[in-house]
Parts: sequence; structure tokens; C-alpha cells
Amino acid sequence: MGGIAEYFASLNPANLLGSMPAGIAQGLIWGVMALGVYITFRLLDIADLSVDGTFTTGGAVTVMLILAGWNPWLAMLMAFIAGLAAGAVTGLLNTKLGIPAILAGILTQFGLYSINLAIMGMKANQAVSVDKFSLAITSRSVPIAILMGLVIAIAVIGILYWYFGTESGSAMRATGCNPTMSKAQGININNMKILGLALSNGIVAFAGGLMAQFQGFADINMGRGSIVIGLAAVIIGEVIGEAILGKHLNFAGRLAFVTFGGVIYYLVVVFVLWMKLNSNFLKLLTAVVVAVFLAVPYLRANARTSFKKAGRNAAAVGKEAR
Amino acid sequence: MNNMLEIKNIYKTFNPGTINEKVALVDVSLTLKEGDFVTVIGGNGAGKSTMLNAVAGVWPIDTGSIVIGGTDVTGLPDYSRAYLIGRVFQDPMTGTAATMQIDENMALAARRGKRRGLGWGVTGKERDEYREKLKILELGLEDRLTAKVGLLSGGQRQALTLLMATLQKPRILLLDEHTAALDPKTAEKVLNATEKVVGRDHLTTMMITHNMKDAIQHGNRLIMMNEGRIVLDISGEEKKKLTVEDLLHKFSVATEEEFSNDQALLG
Repeated sequence: MGGIAEYFASLNPANLLGSMPAGIAQGLIWGVMALGVYITFRLLDIADLSVDGTFTTGGAVTVMLILAGWNPWLAMLMAFIAGLAAGAVTGLLNTKLGIPAILAGILTQFGLYSINLAIMGMKANQAVSVDKFSLAITSRSVPIAILMGLVIAIAVIGILYWYFGTESGSAMRATGCNPTMSKAQGININNMKILGLALSNGIVAFAGGLMAQFQGFADINMGRGSIVIGLAAVIIGEVIGEAILGKHLNFAGRLAFVTFGGVIYYLVVVFVLWMKLNSNFLKLLTAVVVAVFLAVPYLRANARTSFKKAGRNAAAVGKEAR
Repeated sequence: MNNMLEIKNIYKTFNPGTINEKVALVDVSLTLKEGDFVTVIGGNGAGKSTMLNAVAGVWPIDTGSIVIGGTDVTGLPDYSRAYLIGRVFQDPMTGTAATMQIDENMALAARRGKRRGLGWGVTGKERDEYREKLKILELGLEDRLTAKVGLLSGGQRQALTLLMATLQKPRILLLDEHTAALDPKTAEKVLNATEKVVGRDHLTTMMITHNMKDAIQHGNRLIMMNEGRIVLDISGEEKKKLTVEDLLHKFSVATEEEFSNDQALLG
């Protein structure tokens, strides 16, 4: 018993409060990444695993270019383009070579590991110090990082909201919703999938560039689990958004809540770390949370109607009759 | 009068060389003049839908050629020839995008075959136009322009699909048993809307149906298919005088088969 009291006594609420701002900043970056995941997962109906690789690609490209003296924004633009290209590869594997989307993503992600190492000069990590280089975002000044994260998130949401209202964006949404109908309306759904995967991974790589600057280094493993974190953000955001706004949750609101979902996710991470839980269990915890949330719609439908329930009802009626 | 559709000697075999090989179309030729409204009947597996899908370009045909409105489309995939074609499917869920709004769905159809760039997906001017056009359906959809299509009933979705198929005048309108999944009353409404739109725009139309009465009542020409071939082609005065009994008789003569089973199927 003494052990538990000791454990709680050792938890310092001030520490939790102190680590919150950095958590929010990092959450915003994951939130931007989640916007990319949202495009493939919700709009194109593809679970794209390339993002685990492209997040790292974005970080690697950004850090290496900054080290080479590039302006950080130009470096992130190149990261975005690198992400576009990698996403397009997944799209080509899927549409032109007939490889199932999940496998295509896994192949791209796997191959990117080597490419990412090559980008970083065959090193597993590369540091970029804010003392020597000008960075767009850094953990050194957290309030500014939060502000920057917010501005970037709003800008990305604005661009996506605009794009998906255009003719091309509408065609992409239709492709994900109903491919047969889209083809009958003259939409080249293969091109739309390639474009969507490219755009998604471009955003993810851009977020990777932000993350690398924020933490001051790019690491070959920084993207591991991005897809799960992205899905967590999408799901948490949508659940909260629907709970608060219900039917009034429009597309822009949905995107905003997805970003917010990234922040909530990361704050939970901060909380768990503060609780001194072994951080090695974080990934398991995240996986469980995502699995539970993904299962909720299915379980809810089952709760309304299922064979078990029908059987119980029938048995009850039978008893009454007797 | 111009020929709007020319199907010349087309063949299609699915899964050739495998145990599932199915000869679906055998030397099918058919020419439709501008404004022709042909109804297509035949038993299950006769090749009706296969012929429509060949015209729509769902998959490539083995041999033969298909010309729509003077354009040879034999080598074009479905999305590349979609600008010539309006389609309504059997399943009401197939023709529209459920998660998108009524106006967004219509705007997708209005841009069929056009380049889709970064202009607005739907403009305010278009919305007014769509509101007017929806009135012809008499379903009150003109007041629900921004409702998600997934909220509509099967009949409403089918009527909307019909309107979308004809938003830009198609060279040919393909209706694949588009009322089969609807209740009789709704089916009649959708058929009436079909007549209205086809008559108004003088559309060249192919309509598959399992209902002999509908096949006789609608259109100026009727063809019957059996085992991948066209076995009967009636038009003009002869079609006007047709009865269901005639048709059943003709079917048995044309196929030289016992038709008691098919009668049940075609009923």
C-alpha cells in the first residue's frame, strides 16, 4: 500500500502542466499529418501505410536541406514534393500494377527506409540545431511553436477545404465514395487515386519536416506508427466533433476537429508519460485505443440488431406463449 | 436521320479458356437511329446487360466495333467515352455518390467528359438551374438541394440518376433495368419521368426491362435476346400492335425452345 501512496506522491502536477504546452505544439504537428491521413482514409477509402515512410522522408529532406543552407520553408516545400512523389508511387503500384492498396503502401514504406537513410547520408539520424540554423518551428520557444502550428494547421485546412470544393476535388471525393458512378461520369478514377495518395503523402511529409525542426533532428524511425497516430487523430477528432456539433459538423469543421484530435492524442501521451508508465507501452496503448474506436460503429450497429438479440427475443416470446 | 449507335458484329467471352468460360455475346449487330427508343428483353443470362455494358465500355469487347454518334469508341475505356453516354443502373445505390449533396452529384454529371480543373465544383448559378430541373421529377427534391444523397429513398435516387444522365444531352441513354429494384408505384413514377425526359430531349435510348408490358408500352422498337444473340427485332406499326401473348409466342418461335420456364421468367 505504501508503494502506491509513494507513487502518487511522486507525481508532480506542476510537471504535467509544464509539459502540456510542448505537448500541444507537437500535437498540432501530428494533427497536420492527420489531415493527410484523412484524405486517404476517409475520402478515398484507402488505409495508406506509406505515411510511416513519408513522414520520415519529409523530416530527412527538410533537415538535410537546412543543413545545406536552405531556407526552412523552401526545405519543407521540397519535403512536400518528395512526399507527393512517394505517394504517387503507391498510387501507381495500386492502379497501374494492380497491387492492393494496403500492400502497395507497405511496399512504398519499406522501400523508403533505404531511401530515407540515403537522404540522411547513410546515418540513422541527423541533428539540426536552432543555434546554428533558422528554423520554422522549434521546441526552444514553445509558445511561438504553438502559434506557428496553429497558423499552419489553419492554412492547410483552408487549402484542403478550398480544393475539395473544386471540380477536381469533387471528382476525388466521388471516386472514394462510388467508383462505378464516377467512371460513368467520365472521371478517370485511377488518376484520382494517384493524385489523392500523392497529396496525402505530401502533407504527411510536410508535417514530418515540421516535426524534425521542432525536435531538432530527423531520425530514421520518427515516422514509425504515423498511420496509427493519424487514424487515432481522425477518429478522436470525429467523435468529439460529432458529439459537440452533431449534424452541423461540416467539412471544414471536420478537418479542424481532426487536427484537434491530434492534439488530444498527444496530450494523452503526455499524461501517460507523466504517470511514469513505461513509454515502451505507448504504442500498445495507442493501438488499443484506435482498435476500440474503430470497433465502436460496428459494435453499435450490432447492439441494435444481432442474431444473439433476435434469438433472445424469440426465446422470450416463446416463454410468454407457454 | 443519322445513326446514333452502330454495334457491328461484336463478340464477348468472359474467362476464356477457363472452367468458367461464358460466351456472352455472339455476333451482335444493332443500329439505332437518332431518337430511337428501343426496349430490350430476354431471359436471365441472355446478354442484355452485357450488350449495354459493351456500349458503356465497362470492359473491352473481343471483336467487332461500336460507334456512338459517329465516334468509334471501341478502343476507349468507360470514362473516356462517358461524355457520349448517360447511364442509369439497376441498383439505385450505383448511380449517385451517397456522401455528397444533391447539387454536388448533379454538378459531377454536368461536367461529364469535361476537364475538371480548379474551378468551383458547383456554382450558385448552377444551383438555381438544378432547382428548376429537379422540378420535372415532382419529388420535391428541388427544396433539398444540399441534402446528402444517401438520405434519399431508392426511387428518389433512381430519378435523380436519370436526371443526371440527361443533364448534358447524351448521344445514347442506357437504362439497365432501372426500375427493377423499385416498388410498383415508384417504378411507374420513374418510368413516367423517363418518358418525359426522353420525349423532351428526343433522346436515343436503350432500356432493358424484365417487364413485358413495359417493353411493349414504351419505345418505338423492341429487341429480344437469347444466348448472346438478338433473336427478335420489332419496330413501327408491328410493335404498336404487340401483346404480351404475341411476344411470348414470338419468343418461343425465335428460340425454338420450350418456353414454359422462360414465360415464368419474363412474365
